[in-house]
Amino acid sequence: MQRCGCVPLWLVGSVLLTCSTSGIGAHQDSRPEPPSETTANQSHAEQGHGSSAITGIPVVTFKWHHVETPYLVAVWILVAGLAKLVIEANHHVTEVIPESALLICFGFILGGIIWGADMVQTFKLNPTVFFFYLLPQIILDTGYSMPNKLFFGNLGAILVYAVIGTVWNAASLGLSLWGCHQGGAMGQLDIGLLQYLLFGSLIAAVDPVAVIAVFEQVHVNEVLFILVFGESLLNDGVTVVLFNVFDAFVSLGGPGINAVEIIKGIISFFVVAFGGSFLGLAFGLLISLLTKVTQNIKIIEPAFVFVLGYLAYLTAEMLSLSSILSITFCGVSCQKYINANMDENSVNTVRYVMKVFANGSETIIFVFLGISAIDKEIWVWNTGFILLTLFFIFVYRIIGVFFLTWILNRYRLVPVEFIDQVIMSYGGLRGAVAYGLAALLNESKIKEKNLMICTTLLVVYFTVILQGITMKPLVKWLKVKKASVSELTLIEKLQDKVFDHMLVAIEDVSGQIGHNYMRDKWNQFEERWMKRILMKKSARKSRDQVFKVFHRLNLKDAMNYVAEVKYIQITQKCVWYTLDITRQAGIKGGRRLDKASPLVSTLQGERRGSLEFVRNETAFIDFKKKFVDDLPDITAGMSDDHTAASSMGRIDQVPSVSLEMHEQNMKGVRQMEDINTHHLLQQHLYKGRKQHRHRYSRSHFNVNKDEDEVQEIFQRTMRNRLESFKSAKMGVSQPKKISKHAKKDQLQKVPNGKSTDNSKRYLAGDEDFQLSEGDASGFGASGGSYPFPMMVSYRAGAGIENPAYIPDLDPMAAKIPPWLAQAELDGEPVAPSQRAQLRMPSDLSRLAPLRISARSNDSFAQADAPAARQRDDEAPAPSKRGGHNV
Amino acid sequence: MPNSSVRVQRARARSVRGSRTGRAGGAAAAAMGASQTRSEHRHQDLADRTGFSLEQIKNLHRRFQQLSGDEETISKENLESIPALANNPIRKQIIGAFFDKRNQNRDEVGSCEQIGFEQFLMVMSHFRPPSLKTTAEEKEAMRREKLRFLFNMHDTDNDGTITLVEYRKVVEELLSKSGAIEEETAKAIADAAMLEVASTNVPAMGPDDFYEGITFEHFEQILKGLEMETRMHIRFLDVDTTTMRCGKFTS
Repeated sequence: MQRCGCVPLWLVGSVLLTCSTSGIGAHQDSRPEPPSETTANQSHAEQGHGSSAITGIPVVTFKWHHVETPYLVAVWILVAGLAKLVIEANHHVTEVIPESALLICFGFILGGIIWGADMVQTFKLNPTVFFFYLLPQIILDTGYSMPNKLFFGNLGAILVYAVIGTVWNAASLGLSLWGCHQGGAMGQLDIGLLQYLLFGSLIAAVDPVAVIAVFEQVHVNEVLFILVFGESLLNDGVTVVLFNVFDAFVSLGGPGINAVEIIKGIISFFVVAFGGSFLGLAFGLLISLLTKVTQNIKIIEPAFVFVLGYLAYLTAEMLSLSSILSITFCGVSCQKYINANMDENSVNTVRYVMKVFANGSETIIFVFLGISAIDKEIWVWNTGFILLTLFFIFVYRIIGVFFLTWILNRYRLVPVEFIDQVIMSYGGLRGAVAYGLAALLNESKIKEKNLMICTTLLVVYFTVILQGITMKPLVKWLKVKKASVSELTLIEKLQDKVFDHMLVAIEDVSGQIGHNYMRDKWNQFEERWMKRILMKKSARKSRDQVFKVFHRLNLKDAMNYVAEVKYIQITQKCVWYTLDITRQAGIKGGRRLDKASPLVSTLQGERRGSLEFVRNETAFIDFKKKFVDDLPDITAGMSDDHTAASSMGRIDQVPSVSLEMHEQNMKGVRQMEDINTHHLLQQHLYKGRKQHRHRYSRSHFNVNKDEDEVQEIFQRTMRNRLESFKSAKMGVSQPKKISKHAKKDQLQKVPNGKSTDNSKRYLAGDEDFQLSEGDASGFGASGGSYPFPMMVSYRAGAGIENPAYIPDLDPMAAKIPPWLAQAELDGEPVAPSQRAQLRMPSDLSRLAPLRISARSNDSFAQADAPAARQRDDEAPAPSKRGGHNV
Repeated sequence: MPNSSVRVQRARARSVRGSRTGRAGGAAAAAMGASQTRSEHRHQDLADRTGFSLEQIKNLHRRFQQLSGDEETISKENLESIPALANNPIRKQIIGAFFDKRNQNRDEVGSCEQIGFEQFLMVMSHFRPPSLKTTAEEKEAMRREKLRFLFNMHDTDNDGTITLVEYRKVVEELLSKSGAIEEETAKAIADAAMLEVASTNVPAMGPDDFYEGITFEHFEQILKGLEMETRMHIRFLDVDTTTMRCGKFTS
């Protein structure tokens, strides 16, 4: 509701905005000024600058004409951005009507307002602006994020559609329109056959911008997507050639055309298409080479990608080659290498900026397409011409797609299915490229230019709005195979690799040189030469796909870990409060504490299970109920040992007494605990000594960090981890025994002069300590923090006199490796069934290598690797045993 | 070789019906001309059962003879000596799959030392592409078959589950050629993948459960999202266009 309310408000705002921008030039009373308003402004501006006689120093001068052009550009970008903001805020609308259609409609409204104010369309989509400033970044972005394997795997089909399909569209449309004209369907029009063909060629091409905009929202399967999308990108070469050739033919006139000219035209197609592509490849390689050596200027290295990409486009334009093909292949060829060569920050920057540019200019294009319509000048209505064009475009697209697919299916390994063909033919969207080309037509040679522009616009609206809106229901209705939405899992990635190698092998065995064989050879070539030349040495390693997925999973894991650590601090606090309350209430002795310890373990289980628990405000209050209810939730998505842990919690019901205490005090606690945690983190995350140097640098990000500081943090963390590693080594051999000793030691270690009550407290504290130790290494690894002090301050709050004593309190506990410590914690107090106890070590040892290796990716690999190996050696045996058990 | 003689007899017995069942081959069979020798009968029979066209079978047979050195059967050494295979990291598994009895539509397990042309074709037929005419159920069946093949390739000890050890081995070999990844990482990757399977398939594991390995059902489950129909096949020799469409097998 609130969202909807925004729209009228926004409209009023935009009215004001446009009035102020356009109205200043042509004062609000809107007298019918000549159309050459801008030139009038220009001369006015010059006068203003000449500023004849200065009578005094003006305090404020209003110099609109001084800033007009950049100001208007900036305002338009802002308007387009705000339009998108408003449109995207209404999800229920964008689900039905694609964003591109909405933007065009918004353009209509805006155009109407401008028209109302000026009585002339001041702002139109100008071909120069479109082709030079709006289109390149969109195409560069698509090229850069092109799924290469898919694209090249279907290149043959894409080329057939792009080349033959486009030629077919152009020729059939031109000829049919001409035929209808001859038949007298359009009345009196001054258009010859060549003009018709020219018109056909400009409107034949499927538009990449429109296609992306619509297909992005319907997630069709990837093969279908790449076919439509690839076609829309690659047919530009054909369009440019056809357009140029027919334009030349029109200038030459009918008799000037002979066989030589036609052959020249065909040759020029190959030159334009392949020349453009190779130029793009060359620029792509240049970018790759350049990024190999830019490690010292990290800040500006993303700029190279954009500038060189743009240069690829301009160079192609200069040489009259296909600029779209050029920039596409530039993006396609460099993506792999620049992603590997550049710093991760730079890669993200490139990605992000690319998207900002592409999305921004896409928005502007659609808005302007809408605005361009509101212009009396271009509206020349000719029912026959317009309707026939719409009809023929639609019909010939279908015929073309079905015929070409029929031929292709005879050769394709995996045939394109019928419904896919339907979507393909329906997805023949025309867009701004056609409009730009139409606007480029020479009015002196083509008398009916305005009719053509008008028809082109109508075709664009028809395809983008109507077909765009109906695309989604159609896809749903035909049950087109959709792309899988889920993230690629590691095992799938591995399976992909298996496929690759297997298919090559089978081809080898069957003695054929097929697609896979070629790809394999290319991969080998690339591995051997391209990578060596174009990639940094250090970058070659992390390029592997499987490794990337693995790395990503690890990162996620680590992030979860940090989140959990934060959570466990809160949980521990709760436990401490409970214990505190228990003591204050005068309930003494071990009984209460013993009962409290399952609580620790259940919380522990909860911690691993779902973090949802944290967010739920009432979670603590009816903890018991929730715990039982939530069990399926908790267990979902957890691996074996986790499950074991939390299920044990189920066996022992949470004691209700301590929970009641909880209930009473929880509210106050929760208010405090956020502040406290924050404070603690602030206090104890390690900071360098010289932290308050704020320096500014344009060329480095982390200028405020000192080399030594990093070093110091590293060393501290390293020491910390080394300690836990050492203990891991000791702890592995006899985990159970040690943990029992730890308990006993604990009791003996009680300092003199303390009451038994306090000794019990230490016992509980011991658990607390272990618990955090388990997390500490994880936290230290990912956050580089120093976890011990945190624990200290908790104790302090709970009434322990000497916080400094705590870290040394329990040397044995520290010797227990994190995973075993947790197992012990889970296992000891609740005393699981005999069988579960038997089983647990094997489960854990299965998990252990993963946990460790998950961390071994960071800089502490050396420290953990031996431990990992040690665990690995043990792992197979128990897993075998378990396998026979079940 | 008692085995192969039995096979020949079986083939002959089928070839009687061959003329009736041969309609699937249709045009190709007609193009073959009148000279119906025995080997062609046999090929026809194989074509019916594997879904290959006669032309493809001929080509594959030529290749088979080339590999085996004009013998009736082929051994592991024959396949291992293919030079192009030398660079393949999972060479061992793939060659093993050829000799795996489970891939021969038989109920037995274990592996044989030598395989004849028929078995060779059987394995190859797992890589046949689908055609426009294959129905959804057939596609599903094909997918299952392909998955089964993959599964068998991983399950080296034939016990119906892929254990961690087995899986690790495959992953290690798979990644061994990429050079950059060390053995430790490969192991960790295998472990992570295994955990993934465990967590997707057994969301609610009791304390007494132990995930002992990937069963076929789990394998199917985890690879549900993987596009298989469009991936796991190769183009069998496309000599000319008339035989191209004979890959379709409608039954």
